[in-house]
Parts: sequence; structure tokens; C-alpha cells
Amino acid sequence: MLRNSGILNALLLAAVVMCALSVVTSQHKARKLFIKLQNGKEQAQQMDVEWGQLQLEQSTWATPARVEKIAAQQLQMQLPKNGQVQFIRVEPDGRANRQP
Amino acid sequence: MNYAASAHPDITAKLPGWRATALFVALLLGMAGLLGRGVYLQGIHDDFLQEKGNARYSRVIEVSAHRGMITDRNGEPLAVSTPVESAWASPADVEADSRQIKQLAQILGMGTDEVKKHLFDASRDFVYLKRHLPPDQAGKVASLNLPGISLQREYRRFYPAGEEAAQMLGFTGQDDNGQEGLELALQERLGGKSGSQRVIKDRRGHIVEDAGSLHAPKPGSDVVLSLDRNVQHLAYRELESAVRQHYAKAGAVVVLDARSGEVLALANYPAYNPNNRGKVSSQAMRNRAIADLFEPGSTMKPFTVATAIEQGKVHPETVINTENGVYTVGGKKIHDSHPESMLTVAQVIQKSSNVGAAKIALSMEPETLWRSLSDSGFGAQTGSNFPGEAPGKLRAAKTWKPIEQATMSYGHGISVNLLQLARAYTIFANDGELKSVSMLKLDSTTIGKKVFSDSTAHALRGMLELAVQAGGTAPLAQVAGYRVAGKTGTAHKLENGHYINRYVASFVGFAPVSNPRLIVAVMIDEPGNGQYYGGLVAAPVFSKVAGAALRALNVPNDAPLDNVIAPTADIVAEEV
Repeated sequence: MLRNSGILNALLLAAVVMCALSVVTSQHKARKLFIKLQNGKEQAQQMDVEWGQLQLEQSTWATPARVEKIAAQQLQMQLPKNGQVQFIRVEPDGRANRQP
Repeated sequence: MNYAASAHPDITAKLPGWRATALFVALLLGMAGLLGRGVYLQGIHDDFLQEKGNARYSRVIEVSAHRGMITDRNGEPLAVSTPVESAWASPADVEADSRQIKQLAQILGMGTDEVKKHLFDASRDFVYLKRHLPPDQAGKVASLNLPGISLQREYRRFYPAGEEAAQMLGFTGQDDNGQEGLELALQERLGGKSGSQRVIKDRRGHIVEDAGSLHAPKPGSDVVLSLDRNVQHLAYRELESAVRQHYAKAGAVVVLDARSGEVLALANYPAYNPNNRGKVSSQAMRNRAIADLFEPGSTMKPFTVATAIEQGKVHPETVINTENGVYTVGGKKIHDSHPESMLTVAQVIQKSSNVGAAKIALSMEPETLWRSLSDSGFGAQTGSNFPGEAPGKLRAAKTWKPIEQATMSYGHGISVNLLQLARAYTIFANDGELKSVSMLKLDSTTIGKKVFSDSTAHALRGMLELAVQAGGTAPLAQVAGYRVAGKTGTAHKLENGHYINRYVASFVGFAPVSNPRLIVAVMIDEPGNGQYYGGLVAAPVFSKVAGAALRALNVPNDAPLDNVIAPTADIVAEEV
């Protein structure tokens, strides 16, 4: 009886020590993961900011006024005149029909 | 010397009994005091110590939430918030030699002396060196790593469309809250609420654990407007050139989707650049299409005629005696600038006859005309929810005198804003249905309020198409490849209750007539070049905007490309 309880106590002690150690390691792991998460979030935010800036940049380059200017001045483009346009109407059955 | 030995052995120390008791009580009291304090600190007044403890490792950090983006109907950004850095210094902590200061001044694009003045301004703890730096400059400032000089992240709003949509979008203040225009109207949806979070930091300032968020941040939601950036550009471009060409004071253009009532473009001139506001006059900030009222003039005639047709008083071919251009009502004379003896109802619209319109109006009860104008949306808000919208004035029918009823028929004695007028024309473009206007993109079609019957609306469409053809008031409104319809308006301006010899020229029309897609309303305020008729000043703007917009939106043609008839030497002028 006495000997049995001694073994039990030893086992319990070992279990307690193991639990305590695993608490420490899991806490450490949790912190590491959290730091990773934090970094990830920061990166996401950084990218979000960059996305906004790129969108701005793209839309600044693509302002209709700028496109128009380049088309007319650099590329010498102009609206087609009367005789230069032909209309092709696609009928519901897929046939193309030239319009006057 | 040994006192114990020197004490007389026979004398027993006889201390008074109360001393021991007193000491015991004192110790007891002391212990009770300590216990009480302990209980007080641990149990009752524990937050102070808790706070001190937390302060060692736990921090509350702000989690910023940015303002939502405004885009046009195709997702093109119109207003975007992006973080920028502002460089600031705390003069007491600045340590920099003159070489470093010179470098800093170069990066910031400021004079060395100016930077020095800021850096060594001992009277202040905090001084901005330069706000809203571009990212590359901010990076260079950070890499200098000077003590006492730091960067602060702030949000700044950018408007890629610049002045083209300035009054429509409005702007935000320093704190990123909407102050004008749609930024103000949509503040609830756009505005982000920054949150806070409790975290645990280690010795080096790294966040090691999330101790729960106090308030979750709520970023603002994005808003998709009904505007089309291309159409907005076209409208602004043509408006600007017309206002300059005619030396006008100002102008506005509204383009509506004829089927849904969505605002595709709303341009004002003069305008300002919202990205660099500096000093902006209140004139440039005004959204005239919504906040300014004017007497519409002849653009009201179609509503008078439609009411009379609806009531069965006339039909389009009814002949009206137009009295050779002069007609007296209640002692006041109504003039036509193109005197005719007889005109059909359709010609009254085509040639914009005031006498004809007045006679048609006087054939009806005031109440009937009032009801029909009111149903067409005059004298009421358009439902755009735009800040500062002026609802216009439509006086109650009971107060109308006959002369007022007559002048109202051709748009005098009533005031409207341009958006209201454009909206009212959805009736003719949509088989008699008045659509509500929307500045936000709609997913489904809306059902409007039926004001006139299909047949009345179709009859008016025909008359309005006549008005832009040879013999009408607005042949300059024609568009190559599309059938268009519309009505000119020219009105004296009111100043202190009197008509003065300055004018508002307007044109409202829609295209293509076979299946209306766009309504374009143009208003030019005080054209100063000798020309002031709506048919000469505003109609060409309509033609250019409608033509370019129809092409941009890929609307199929409903007329051959050589449909535009060169206007005859005299465009039928209208009396104002």
C-alpha cells in the first residue's frame, strides 16, 4: 500500500513536471506564431497601401484628358468622317448584315 | 562596565503592568492597520496597482481604419485615401550637424535656412517640417536617421479626376471627414472608425501577444457612383470650351441615363483642383447644377403642351391663333420674336412660341397645370440627397393670376435647378414615366411615377425632334448618326425681383429618339459674347456631349451619318 502510493506520487510528479514544461513550450510557440501573424498583417497592410497607390498611379496615367492628348497629338488619331464608317449589324441568327 | 553586574541583586525590576499591555495593543493596532491597507489595496482599490502592473508590459495601440474609396460605375477610382508621411521635429531633441541639415533640406525641397529655423525653434515642442510627403521622400528622410526628427503617418485623399468632378465629389478636411459634396453626403458609409487593441509588448517593443481588442476598427466601405468617368470628362471638356468661347460667367451640364435616372455626368465650370486646393473661391466650389436656381424659360413649354394633350384640350395638329406675335393677358403683353399668325401645337414647340404656349396654358384650370408640373418633379427635391440642393419654387395654384399662369407656361415665374430639369425630361424619354435620379450605381431598373400617358409622351418626342431640325430653334443640337430631340430655353436673370438684361441659356434634350439612352441638360450662365439664345449657346454643347457620349457608350446609330443639315442662315430665335 505504502509502496504503491510512493510510485503513484512519483508518476504524478513526473506528469506535473511534463505539463509545466509543455505549458512553457506552447506559450513560447504561441508567441512565435503571434509574431508571425503580426508580421503577416503588417505586410498585408503594406500591400494594401501599395495597391491604393498603384491604382492612383494607373488612373492618373489613364486620365481621359491625357489619353485624348496623346491620341490626337502624338499618334495623329482622329474621328472617322462620314464616308469612313460602315455599320455591320449582327442579326439574331448570327448573320452579319451590312447597313448603309 | 557591566551594568547588569552593577545592578543591585536585591532590587527586583518592577515595571508597571500597563506598559506591556500598551505595547501589545500598539502592535495589534499596527497589524490591523497593515492588514486593512492590504485588504484595501488588494481587494477594494485594486485597479490602481493593476494599472501600474499592466503599464510594465501591456499597451493599448490604435488600429487605424481608412476611408472608403469612391469609384465610378466601371470601378475607376475617383477618390482614394492613401497614407502619406509627414515629417516633424521636436526641436529640443534635434541633434544634427550642418551637413545633415543640408541633406535634409535637399530631400524636403526646402531652403537650408528655413529648415534650420524650424529645427532650432526652441519655443515649440513640435513642429511640422513638411506635411504629406511622397513615399520616396519619406523613405529618404527615414534613412537619414536623425534624432529628434520623425515621420508621422497621415491619410490624404487623392482625386484622380481632378477638377472634372470636383464639385460633385467635394472634399474632406484634415481629419478625413467629408466637408462638401458627395464626400459629405456619403460620410456615414465612407468614414472609417479606428479601433483600439490591447497588446503585450516585450522589452524591445515587439508585440508578443494580443490581449483582446477593445474596439474593433471599422474601415469605411467603398462606394460605387453612377458617374461614368469618360462621360464626365466629355461633359466637362465641352462645357469649359463653351463657357470660354462665350465669355460666360459659369455653366453646368448634367447627363442622365434616360432609362434609370442615374447621373452619368455632372460637370460645373469654373472648377478647382481638389488635389491642390490652396485658395478656392466659393464660386468655383458651387455645384451649380444642383445648388443654383434659374428660371428655365422655354424648356418648360413641353410640360404645358403635354398637360393640355393629356387633358384632351388640344392634339398636336390643333391650330392655335398666335395673334401675329403679340397677345395681351391682364394688361401685360406677351411677345414672340418670330411672329406668326397661325401655328399648330407641334409648331408652338418647334418654333418656341410664347403666345401659343400661353394660350394653351390658359385653356386649362390653374390647378390642373400645377398638378402636372408638381408631378413632373418641379418645386421639390430630386431625391439626390446632395448637400445644399435647392428645391426650386413652384407657387401654389391658388395664388396664380392669369398672367402668371401664362408666363409659367413658358418657364417664367418658376425656378428650377438643372438636375431637376434634366430629371423632368425622363418623362418624355420614358413613355411618360418620371424616374428618380440617383448618384449611386443602381443594379436594377427603377419604376418611375407615371405622369403622362404613352401616347402623350410619344407625341411630345416627335415635337421635340422637330425643334432640332431645320425650322426649329435648335438645329445646332443635331448629332451625326443619331436622332435627337430637345428644347432650348433662354431667360432673363432676376436680380432683386426685377428682370435684367443678362441671360441664362439652356438646352435639354435626349438621344437617340428611337430608344432614348441619354438625357443631356446644358445651362450657360450669362453668356457675354452678344449671343445668348439657348439654340446658339447651349445647343452646340448638347450636340458635342451627346454625340461623344453615345459613341463612348457604344449606342447603335439610328440615323445615317449624313443626317446633320447645315442650319439655315437664321435659326429661329425665341422670345425671352
